[in-house]
Amino acid sequence: MIKVRIPLAALPLAALLLAAGSATAQDRPSQAVIDAYLKSTFGKASAEWQARIKPDDSLSVCNVTRNNPSSAQSDEMVKRESARVVYPADGKFLGNWKNGYQVANNGRGGQFSDPAGTVAGGNCFACHQLDPKEVSYGTLGPSLAAYGKDRKYDPETIKDAYTKIYNSMAVVPCSNMPRFGVNKVLDEQQIKDVMAYLFDPESPVNK
Amino acid sequence: MKLPIMGAALLAAVVTLAAGPLTAQSPPQDDSEKEIERYRQMLSDPFSNPGFLAVDRGEALWAEKRGTKNVSLEGCDLGEGPGKLEGAFAKLPRHFADADKVMDTEQRLLWCMDKLQGLDTKEVVLRRFSGPARASDMEDLVAFIANKSSEMKIEPPLSHPKEKEMAAVGEALFYTRGGVNDFSCATCHAEEGKRIRLQGLPNLSVKGKTAQETMGSWPTYRVSQSALRTMQHRLWDCYRQQRWPVPEYGSEALTALTVFLQKQAEGGEIKVPSIKR
Repeated sequence: MIKVRIPLAALPLAALLLAAGSATAQDRPSQAVIDAYLKSTFGKASAEWQARIKPDDSLSVCNVTRNNPSSAQSDEMVKRESARVVYPADGKFLGNWKNGYQVANNGRGGQFSDPAGTVAGGNCFACHQLDPKEVSYGTLGPSLAAYGKDRKYDPETIKDAYTKIYNSMAVVPCSNMPRFGVNKVLDEQQIKDVMAYLFDPESPVNK
Repeated sequence: MKLPIMGAALLAAVVTLAAGPLTAQSPPQDDSEKEIERYRQMLSDPFSNPGFLAVDRGEALWAEKRGTKNVSLEGCDLGEGPGKLEGAFAKLPRHFADADKVMDTEQRLLWCMDKLQGLDTKEVVLRRFSGPARASDMEDLVAFIANKSSEMKIEPPLSHPKEKEMAAVGEALFYTRGGVNDFSCATCHAEEGKRIRLQGLPNLSVKGKTAQETMGSWPTYRVSQSALRTMQHRLWDCYRQQRWPVPEYGSEALTALTVFLQKQAEGGEIKVPSIKR
């Protein structure tokens, strides 16, 4: 199978695919025009910062299709992103749920206002309900209350959840959820701790 | 110095209300938003909104002779003719033939300072956002100019090819994901009734009431920041929260996004400066 590189070569194809969908997306200006605007606005940032807004192959598809990739693009994306998931070498998926709460509750990190070396959190509460007793939660993502309990702490499901946190697009193409592991926002231990917050029977999430 | 105290009191009131009685059955957003809306109504009296101090300062700045040419900004053309302010903000950003460029209020002001007044804008841009005991000429001037379009309708001119390009690019940028969390504007502002933590999020992906109310209420006095803020600050802060690099002040992508958002908000009533958390 020929690997299709999406960013520039496939734009006309993407536009055709979109013709059946959103009417306004057809009017998307050329990537060169969009890039010129991006450069004039973010071009003075350091090279490292600019690299952060350079979309990879998957994100390019999401941008052009407004998160509605075709089924062929979806298949390719899941395949590509699945290959990027690194599972724990020790085979253990669950860390410490108390540390996991700290990670889930921490919204710092990755912003240009953050001091260098700021440890990033997952900021899970921004979008998800987790501990049902916490009233300040967001609704951009589904409720994860009783997550482990509802799934009967099943080992396969535990592995799937790790995959989702490490690389959401390996599960849902163009998912709105950050790719925490792939983008190195969270390290392996932090992900394991969040996993424990979701799956440990003692975690408030499952109480 | 009554104002900071007043700001703090308002903040305390709003924060207290936001943490009011909440249950899992009734979405917390509804209760807290209703209470905040009630307070907004109470605060809508111009004498209670410190944003009007920025308007007054802006009025004085507009008439002040500055720069190497020692002239005021009164000869500045914001699109309706030199010095004509009524309704100008309602049609910004727009194309200006003299610069052959689509400019928003800030870009046009900087252009006038440079070309008309011979004013070094570097220092003005350094103070683009006010801080404690540090006023911002730009915030004050935009507040003054925007207020001259209050009670008018948002009317984005989309006839010039460059205005059309801006709207289209702005729309594409709205959906462009990036940063370490792969966020775009649309991540938070493309669905109805969503919120981050307890903060309700306007859906700006569709034309209509929500976009009209959002765009019609900037510039606004941010109680939590004790400062008047313009759309420039809102977009700067959105990109910060999206984990994107720092956007340049008065730059092309911000103007393009503003054109797109004004298009979404077309026909909405401008009520500024407003007051928000």
